[in-house]
This record gives sequence, C-alpha cells and structure tokens, in this order.
Amino acid sequence: MEIFDIFLLETVLNGVLFGGVLALLALGLNLIFGVIDVVWICYAELMMIGMYTVFYLTKTFGWNLFAAFAAAIVIVSVLGVLLHVLVIRPVLDSEPINQLLVTGGMLTFMQAAATLAFGIEFRNVGVSMPSLVLGEISLPWSRISAALTALVAMVLLWLFLKKTYLGTAIRAISQDRGIMPLVGVSPARIYLTTSAIGGALAGLGACLLVLQYDVHPAIGLSFGPLTFMVCVLGGLGNMLGGFIAAFIFAQLISIGGFYFHIEWGYVMAFAFFIVMMFVRPQGILGGKS
Amino acid sequence: MLEVQGLTKKFGGFTAVDAISFDLGEGEILGLIGPNGSGKSTTFNLVAGLYAPTAGSIRFQGREIGGLKPAQVCHAGIGRTFQIPRPFRKLTILENVALSAFYGQNGKVSRATAWKQAEEALNLIGLPYANDAGIDGLGAAALKKLELARALATQPRLLLADESLGGLDEAEMEQAADMLKNIRREKNITIIWVEHIMGVLMRVVDRCIVLDHGEIIAAGLPHEVARNPQVVEVYLGSDADDLQAQTSQRAGEGAR
Repeated sequence: MEIFDIFLLETVLNGVLFGGVLALLALGLNLIFGVIDVVWICYAELMMIGMYTVFYLTKTFGWNLFAAFAAAIVIVSVLGVLLHVLVIRPVLDSEPINQLLVTGGMLTFMQAAATLAFGIEFRNVGVSMPSLVLGEISLPWSRISAALTALVAMVLLWLFLKKTYLGTAIRAISQDRGIMPLVGVSPARIYLTTSAIGGALAGLGACLLVLQYDVHPAIGLSFGPLTFMVCVLGGLGNMLGGFIAAFIFAQLISIGGFYFHIEWGYVMAFAFFIVMMFVRPQGILGGKS
Repeated sequence: MLEVQGLTKKFGGFTAVDAISFDLGEGEILGLIGPNGSGKSTTFNLVAGLYAPTAGSIRFQGREIGGLKPAQVCHAGIGRTFQIPRPFRKLTILENVALSAFYGQNGKVSRATAWKQAEEALNLIGLPYANDAGIDGLGAAALKKLELARALATQPRLLLADESLGGLDEAEMEQAADMLKNIRREKNITIIWVEHIMGVLMRVVDRCIVLDHGEIIAAGLPHEVARNPQVVEVYLGSDADDLQAQTSQRAGEGAR
C-alpha cells in the first residue's frame, strides 16, 4: 500500500510537469486567438520545425544546445510572422471557416514538406539528462527543467502584457478592434508583434519537447489537437482558463495512464473534454457569447 | 486649422455627404448639427479617417489628411470621442487613458510621460480614478468623461466630440458643455462638436453648421442659425421651440 501511494504521487508530479509544458503551448495558441481571432491549427507543426532546427543544428552542424535553442526560437518566430503575412492576413476578413481551412491546409502542407525534406525517420537530439531522485520517486530533469522554463516564460509574458504599453494594447485589442486605430494604435502592427511572440512561444515549446520526444514529421499530431482542446476547455482566447485546463488535462492523462495504460489516459482526457463541451461549451473561464 | 473643400462621400448610389465645405480657425468651437441621417457622423468619420472621401479635400494644419488611416489621423493631432463610449473593459481607467496617450503620439513619448499625460487628462475632465479602478460600475456620464479623457490624452490640436450629451440628464448636459468650454480654455484645443439635439450646444459653440440630407443648409452664429427658416423646418416642433429658448437664454447671458 505504502509503495502504491508513492508511485501515484510520482504520477501526479509527472502530470504537473507535463501540465506546465502543455500550459505554455496553450498560451501561445490562446494569445494568437485572443488578439487576431484566428486559430493557428498548424501551431504544433511550427513546433515540429523548431524541433528539427534544434536537431540539425546540434547533430549535423555541431552547435551548442543552447545556441540551437535560441536559433529555433528566432526561426519559428519568423515563421509565425510569415504565416501571418502570407496566409492569415489575406483571409482576416473572411468567414471563420475559411480561416480554419487555410491554417488546417498549412498543417498538411508543413507535414508533407517536412516528410520530403527530413524523411520519416524518428530523430533524437540524444541529450540524456539524469533524474532527480527523492526517496523512491524519480523525476527526469528534462521534464523538471521544461516545466520550470515554461513557468518562467509564462511569468515573463504576463509581466509583458501587464506592464508595457504594447502588452496593454495586446490585451485591449481583443475587446474592441474598431477603436484601436482611433487611439493611434495600428492593428496591423499589433498582429505582427503577436504573431512573432506566438511563434517564439512555439519555438520555445519545441526546445522543451525536443529533450523528451523524438522528432518526426507527424509529431505535431501528438500535441496539436491536445493543445487546441486545452484552449477550448479553458475558453478559447482565455489565457488563465488555458493554464488551468492544461493541468486538468495533464493529470487526467497521467493518472489515467497510471491506473490503466498510457493510451487510456488520452481516452479519459478526450472523453472528459467531450462531456465538458456539453456541460460548458464556452469553456471553464470562457465568456458567455 | 481645418479646411474642408467639396467633401463628398457616396455609399453605392447613396450620397451621404454632398460636396460640403467649411473651415475652422484655431481655438474655435464649431457645432455640427442636423437630424439623424443628415450626414454628421459620416463627415466626422471622414475627418477621423474611418472613411476615405469619394471626392474633395480635408486639409489639417496645411496638410491633406483625406484618405489617411485612422491611426495616422490620430498621430497628426486629431482626437475623437464616440457617441457610445467604447472603453476597453478589461483595462483600468488609467490604463485606458494611458494607452491613448502613448499610442496617440505614435509611441514617441516615454512611458512615464504618457502616464502623466493620462493623469492630467483625467484631472482636467474631473473623472476620479484610483490606481487600479476598473470600468465596471461607471455610469453614463462617467463613461462619457472617460471617452473625452481618452481623446484628450492623445494631445490633439483638434477634438472631434461625437454626441457627448447623448444619454445624459439636464444637469449632466450642462456639466458636459462646461467641460468642453473648459478644455478649449485650458488647452486651446479646437473642437468640432456633433449633436443631433441643439439645446445646450448652442450656448457653447462659436459657430454652427446645420446639415440635412448631406448638404449644409445653414451656417453662422448660433442665434442666426436658430432663426433660419430652413433650420426651423428641419427641427419642426418641440426641438425648434427649445432651440429658440436656448438661444435667447444665450443672448441674455451675453448681455451680462
């Protein structure tokens, strides 16, 4: 009985660590949606590109891991801006379904392009980190550092949104797009900045995941739908809601996997999501509309 | 300061504003009145950059601004308020105004300066604010004040005030009118004031333009305009009587 509880505790702690990373991924998607009102369906595919960036820079070009991380964040951030300028901007005033279709199309495009460019092999950066051992509990440092980094990034973003004029404008624009230009704010510039930040967050997510997972062209499918559901469960565009939902999802997956099988964890999380969509379709902290 | 020449705006086959011309001197308060649908708001939106003119020119401080984007017009020194106040509800009162101060000047002022200008604007308007006071719970009059403070914080040379009296009671209307006068006195800001009821407005403005069906039907001093038969016809009934009463009251004030 004693041992049983210890393993359950370890499972819960692992869930918390996973929740931290999931919260960071959801934050990027929520930020984009909250400001631009478009869902980047291909968000996790941007992350996939970031993971490949880290892989090739370290393995093929022999870069230092942290230099490769920085490069991945910058590259994915630029990709985010390009995505906005080339794909999102032309459909900004279109029906939401068209916006979903173009970003969904980008998902398929990026997967196919990655398959052609990088092949279907599973790649690993091959950085192995020890585990933190506390009595009978053992937690991999890769997970701990990922969760801590995600936490720091979220606090920094929160301070940015709260304390700077640009951040204030980003918070404000989702409430009234029409009036922003009349107080002198150019929405186009806010959108570009937000896309850059959203891209950078996807890049950071890539750095955290590449230490724990192999990268392959379809890796986005492991995280994209999950991230999207976290956002919807929290109330699409609501950053605090997404934060809470990330930890709920992570615990369901973690504990479900502990009692049954890891795949059952995902089944439980998705079942919970479906039930919640009936109970609270607007999300945990979503607005009324 | 502002010269409008042959300004026209068509929406499809409908001409909302039909070749209107007027000008405005530094420090003047111009009343722009007319019944609903007369083209006041369209004129406003043309000057503020929300619409591009179909024809005609708008020169502000010697520079053509017709067709500029709203943000550019704002940076050029024209601030505006909305008929229905549109504050950012998730921001505090001070954040709302400071955001305008910072971006209204195209981010060219320091953080601290923008903050100070926001406080200045709120003090001038007389809207109390605590550091973290939010929008919720502000009444109609307070929201109108916030709207004005926001426009003023952008440090405009020209203020476009859109129906600042709508939804206010008598006492609040008088207060709002005094406030606009006060703004002009303290800051030497030129003002165009749009209203569809004439009442209090006539007491404050230096000159008045009356629009109907997109055309100027009368222009001049308030008491002249009020006696114009065309204007009286447009404002048939109680509004016209009210108008006469208000202007004679003004004449009385002038004699004091």
